[in-house]
Amino acid sequence: MSPEDPDRRLRSHPVLAIPTRELVHIRWRGRDLAAVSGEPISSALAAHGARVLGHHPKDGSARSLFCADGQCAQCLVLCDGRPVKACVTRVRDGAVVEPLDGLPVLAPAGAPSQSAPIEHVSVPVLIIGGGPAGLAAAAELGRRGVRALLLDDKPQLGGKLVLQTHRFFGSFNAVHAGVRGIDIAARLEREARAFESITFWTGATALAVFGDGVVGVLRAAREGQRDAPSDAGGYALVRPEVLLVATGARERSLVFPGNTLPGVIGAGAFQTLLHRDLVRPADRVLVVGGGNVGLIVAYQALQAGIEVVAVVEARTECGGYRVHRDKLARQGVPILTSHTIVAAHGTEGVEAATVASVDARFACVPGTERTFACDAVLLALGMDPERELLLKAREMGMRVLSAGDADEVAEASAAIYAGRLRGVEAARLVGVEPGDAPVDAWQHALEIHRSRPGATLAQPDPPEHDVVPVLHCVQEIPCDPCASTCPQGGIVIDADDIRHLPAFLGDRLAHACVGCERCVTICPGQAITLVDYRRDPEHPTVIVPYEMPDELAAGARVIALDVDGHVLGEVEVVRVRDAIVADHTLAVRVRVPRVIARYVAGIRATAWPTEAEPGVHDAWPAGRAVVCRCERVTADELRALVRAGHRDVHSLKVLSRIGMGACGARTCGPLVRQLLRDEGVAEDEVVEPRHRPLLVEVPLGAFAGPRVERR
Amino acid sequence: MSATRASHDVVVVGAGSVGMPAALALAESGHRVLVPDARRGPGHGSHKAAIGGVRATHADAAKILLGLRSREILSTWRERRGDDLEWVTGGYVFPAWRDQEASTLRALLAAQRAAGLDVRWLDAEALLEVVPDLERRDLVGGTSSASDGHCSPLLAMEAFRAHAVRAGVELRFDEPVTGVEVEAGRFVAAVTPRGRHPARTLVLAAGAWARELAATWGQDLRVRPDAHEAGITEPVAPFLAPLVVDLRPGPGSANVYFFQHQTGQVVFCLTPAPLAWGDDTRETSSFLPLAADRLLAVMPRLASLRVRRTWRGLYPMTPDGSPLVGESREVGGIFVAGGMCGQGFMLGPALGELVDRVLRDAATDDDRRVLEALSPYRTFASDERLK
Repeated sequence: MSPEDPDRRLRSHPVLAIPTRELVHIRWRGRDLAAVSGEPISSALAAHGARVLGHHPKDGSARSLFCADGQCAQCLVLCDGRPVKACVTRVRDGAVVEPLDGLPVLAPAGAPSQSAPIEHVSVPVLIIGGGPAGLAAAAELGRRGVRALLLDDKPQLGGKLVLQTHRFFGSFNAVHAGVRGIDIAARLEREARAFESITFWTGATALAVFGDGVVGVLRAAREGQRDAPSDAGGYALVRPEVLLVATGARERSLVFPGNTLPGVIGAGAFQTLLHRDLVRPADRVLVVGGGNVGLIVAYQALQAGIEVVAVVEARTECGGYRVHRDKLARQGVPILTSHTIVAAHGTEGVEAATVASVDARFACVPGTERTFACDAVLLALGMDPERELLLKAREMGMRVLSAGDADEVAEASAAIYAGRLRGVEAARLVGVEPGDAPVDAWQHALEIHRSRPGATLAQPDPPEHDVVPVLHCVQEIPCDPCASTCPQGGIVIDADDIRHLPAFLGDRLAHACVGCERCVTICPGQAITLVDYRRDPEHPTVIVPYEMPDELAAGARVIALDVDGHVLGEVEVVRVRDAIVADHTLAVRVRVPRVIARYVAGIRATAWPTEAEPGVHDAWPAGRAVVCRCERVTADELRALVRAGHRDVHSLKVLSRIGMGACGARTCGPLVRQLLRDEGVAEDEVVEPRHRPLLVEVPLGAFAGPRVERR
Repeated sequence: MSATRASHDVVVVGAGSVGMPAALALAESGHRVLVPDARRGPGHGSHKAAIGGVRATHADAAKILLGLRSREILSTWRERRGDDLEWVTGGYVFPAWRDQEASTLRALLAAQRAAGLDVRWLDAEALLEVVPDLERRDLVGGTSSASDGHCSPLLAMEAFRAHAVRAGVELRFDEPVTGVEVEAGRFVAAVTPRGRHPARTLVLAAGAWARELAATWGQDLRVRPDAHEAGITEPVAPFLAPLVVDLRPGPGSANVYFFQHQTGQVVFCLTPAPLAWGDDTRETSSFLPLAADRLLAVMPRLASLRVRRTWRGLYPMTPDGSPLVGESREVGGIFVAGGMCGQGFMLGPALGELVDRVLRDAATDDDRRVLEALSPYRTFASDERLK
């Protein structure tokens, strides 16, 4: 990425509409930058290519955006002289933003704070988290007239769904499968907001669950009520009868040399910049992790015109859905299984990354290193449940339920079912019976929707006459939009267990395919094509789904690929159906020789020229492998302590400062446990530290209420 | 372990603020020391909840003696033993905005100076030179003791542990002492769920949990815990040198105190009023509003300082606010060192050395004065004025 690129905002996108937005201006290092009104400072800076946000006081290393979710505190900048998290602080016209190098200077005493009085709220049910689980629970509580308060720390409801441009799997009728995540979020929100008994606090962060059964909540200052972006809004103490924790999950991190370089970011952070704030964070990315998130984010990068040099997955197979892997492979992205990242290289940002193959014990095989030039490394290593509040509430003896990823990381569809079930349970706990809620059916559906991908099977050979759908869907995953939307009833799936493969009823007249193309465009896996033999049986046309940014028109030459991404040949586009018809999924008709028609699963317009240099790039200094980002504690430092006999994480904290930073060990906690395992320390030997409030740092003034003026 | 011949000379119950320094001192003078602790690591009881202020500026002579020596041990630790405890000789400041506190503080000065403390009264202007960000309105002045300071209780515990282990101390965690064996009126062994540990002497340094064990040999140790909460902020560039104590009572709190750690974080704590008796260490929702209110009244500039974490720990309180130190009269061979009333960290290092001298019959005149003042069998008539 060229430094301080004048403008990295998306101008067009195959799925997302790019609205015209009001601009404001901020100062950054003495320069005037245009920012979109309401966006976070970090996105305004990223839109201009500025990614070094400061330097760490311990080692002077560059700091940058990492989680884009208000969690990790790596993105501190000075805004009007005060340290703020750039990723959750919205731009204000005229704000002066500076990098924060070293420790901030405490702002001088200002005018007496305008904090609101501390609010005391009692409520039957408090839901923390407005993602799919929280919203689904709210709807069930609302349906039963139970009073509930739903909090979310973001200004927008929907949780991580609002970052997802892809169509979701699951049941079409029950959990909006086949619909894009962003639209599912809107549907769930609309459903929950229809009920008067539910109150919504957006921009409200649950800071802590206290021993007296009270949840401390920081509400964002309303616009116009704050002197500076860091001024907090009101503090509220909420006492629920039942607490429902639907806080979702956070991304895992990984220890490798150079892992704190600007440009090494979470896949979710990348999606946040790209899809929520419409900023292109990078030009060439390496994706680490072949689970669903890694495969999806790689595909989404391509959709935004960002090159993907490779996806590396340490295991022998990608853990994500096969259809996600396949559609990526069809776009020519190298998917390197049994590979991991060895190092990210650069000085003040990622300039290259080295990968290598790993053996069965995940150790790098010497001599297999390859270095890719790239400007970002996206970490997609899976998620860990966000459980701090849940565990605290249990410790405090509160009546507490949990739903969604906070419980068990799974698909959003599973979170919706879990939310419904816990919503009904919460209602029961406050004395409202479930009525006709189909609890058993939901429980059954939850089990199905949260299951891991099942067996890979074969589809029978499709008929080769008239017009027929070809199902390239061969892995058992919970999904049914094809069957649910076929107007002829020609595609069927076992309704009791939608993990079974769909089947085409084929030649039975009553179900004859009419070539409506619905199955092609709605399939979340892009795993259905239509082959039309009607006009010319020897040169049939194949209708394929297409969501890439390239402009396609009749007459264009494209590459046809089979399901795994093998090239079948160059073919001609004969028709492109308007994107409006099927929510931005193009139905592209290509003419192909009969012999390959049934094998064509997709097309590619562009070849991605990705050349990896063999071997470790000597030009790059070896970066440091950091376990604790907040305190910049390296793996070497920690290992030395562990080898000196320390097993108590509390002692490791004291001696290395690991986990003592702003994020409260949320990023490094799992990495420390991994390091201890790698050092051969038995799990029961490890003494875990106790978690303490608060979840995020909050100015003291926010807690003082109006009594500040007592002076 | 032989049932007849003890493998240890001393069993120190509790690897905390007092027990660990005592174990170190005892081991370095040649004792074979065993330290069983109910928890999983050193200082996991109340010690790790200490905020780190270290002062000699107390109101009574015994604590001044212990305070002076402890301060010396901690402030010179790095040059003597090498470990960095993040010590800062930042001083203590007790500002007064009202006549009540001003006269309380002035009344203590003569005795404190006579005891060797370099505490001085500063008028408002002079005090503001030491702490420029103090609330100026109504500031009368205050006392300043420039030789006091603060350091990291966590690093200090790691250092004590490392040196204790080096000196041969055997630490056993996850092993509570549940009783003692007594023969002919003398202690012979400590009993834990994992076995018995014969020794000549037992040192009871179990802090807030000492009373129950003492009761097993019939001693009524007047220790009962109350809970205090503390917090720590983000680190910022240095702006505050001393530890500041605001003695004014307020609604819900008796006093508040805070300092900036060497690494930039501000650590703060308040004394709730009424006291929160019991051993519940779960954080409360009332602490931050109370503390923020008080802190901003002392120093308005703290308003934009961001709180990072809070925690709650126990003060093993005694009826008069002073520790309980001395031999048990009920059973021979048992020495009590506890009831530190929240000052275990700042008094423990010196108390550990005192325990060692007493056990090898090397007590000094000062030690005898301390033992007399802090006898567990005293009448508890007075009340400490600078708790």
